[in-house]
Amino acid sequence: MKWFFSLLLGLALSLSFASSASSASAEEDSPDALIRRVTEDVLSIVRQDKDIQGGDARKAVELVDAKVLPYFNFQRMTALAMGKEWNKAGPEQKKRLAEEFKTLLVRTYSNALTGYKDQSARYKPTKLPDGDADVLVRTEILQPGGKPIQLDYSLGKTPEGWRVYDVIVAGVSLVTNYRDTFTQEVRANGVDGLIKMLSDKNRQLEAGKK
Amino acid sequence: MKWFFSLLLGLTLSLSFVSSASSVSAEGDSPDALIRPTAGHSRDPFEGFNRTMFSVNEGIDAVVKPVAQGYDEVVPGPVRTGIGNFFGNIADPWIAANNLLQGKITEGASDVGRVLVNTTVGIAGLIDVASDLGLEKHAEDFGQTLGRWGVGEGPYLYWPILGPRNARDTLGFAADAALDPLRFPHDARARNTLAGVRFIDLRASLLSADKVVEAAAFDKYRYIRDAYFQMRRNAIYDGNPPPLDDDGDGEEE
Repeated sequence: MKWFFSLLLGLALSLSFASSASSASAEEDSPDALIRRVTEDVLSIVRQDKDIQGGDARKAVELVDAKVLPYFNFQRMTALAMGKEWNKAGPEQKKRLAEEFKTLLVRTYSNALTGYKDQSARYKPTKLPDGDADVLVRTEILQPGGKPIQLDYSLGKTPEGWRVYDVIVAGVSLVTNYRDTFTQEVRANGVDGLIKMLSDKNRQLEAGKK
Repeated sequence: MKWFFSLLLGLTLSLSFVSSASSVSAEGDSPDALIRPTAGHSRDPFEGFNRTMFSVNEGIDAVVKPVAQGYDEVVPGPVRTGIGNFFGNIADPWIAANNLLQGKITEGASDVGRVLVNTTVGIAGLIDVASDLGLEKHAEDFGQTLGRWGVGEGPYLYWPILGPRNARDTLGFAADAALDPLRFPHDARARNTLAGVRFIDLRASLLSADKVVEAAAFDKYRYIRDAYFQMRRNAIYDGNPPPLDDDGDGEEE
């Protein structure tokens, strides 16, 4: 079960990694530099924020909302989560899907940030591709008294710069972990069924939030 | 406890036998009409049974979780770390053995070094000095070793208390448990106390994970299952699994 803990811990970081400063130079960063800068930023914010450490989920959401989102390519994430079913969606549906999926990921995982305190990160050498091919940036989250957590990011080049489209914690892709579920829903109830499933879930989370 | 492991072993073997013998899945009706069982998921032929066990586990956890929450509130952080280090240290010899069984000599040697350093300088394992010296903690078990050796994964199973394990990992667990250092103290009370603390400490470490999974998952059973598949594959390849084709189900061809 330890993997599971690692998964969530890493998960928190993964979304939080982007929750750091958005300097104008962000667009110019190489993928590994982007990940490093943002990770360091987030860790230092969380290290100093007693509210987040103490479980203030609302504040964690704000942090993620304000700073994580710019570095994620949610459209591509949603496409990856849906696999072949993505092509069944029209342009308007795709927009809704990405919007709902984004809300789910942010709402769900920002509270995993709470409970962080003394974590630090280590960066493995990244093989940078020639041109605009996708790249995998590998990091490890170190925690006192625990095994390092493997935390990898897949990034792709967009017109705005490098953007994350998958987060892999201890080998578990947080995006493709939904694929079976999403595929099945689309096959049973169509693309609109999946949109409804996502938005119902988000409403439910919103209602349950204190 | 011996009977328990024999039982487990027997169960696993018979289950894997059944699975290979029959192509018809033993899928039961879902207790929850909203949850559609993944129609004939090829790696989870006993989904009906597994979902039942999953509910059993949730029931057991209704009792365990409050204890873990109490433990979490009462025990100070540094003590928690010490407890975690202690159990980590007694687990390291078997981790070393598994690395060696997989032919990973460097890692195995490093694990042996960890035990030597932590047991002495680290005061019976309470302080993880070895990590500070650059001897990193590994996570190996016999299930991974079997995977390395090419043993097939068998059907996915959900066990009470133990949680998710395919047949291969269930066998692996039987070996892990048979060599569990906590089986060796002669004093039954010491044995039980240690096992109890370890269990509660583990459960407490998962508390923060709980609410996240509750929120993330549309169907908790499936979310955990799919994550388990990805996670174990990654563990067997020590963090560098070969890429899969893009159907995303994580299955080897």
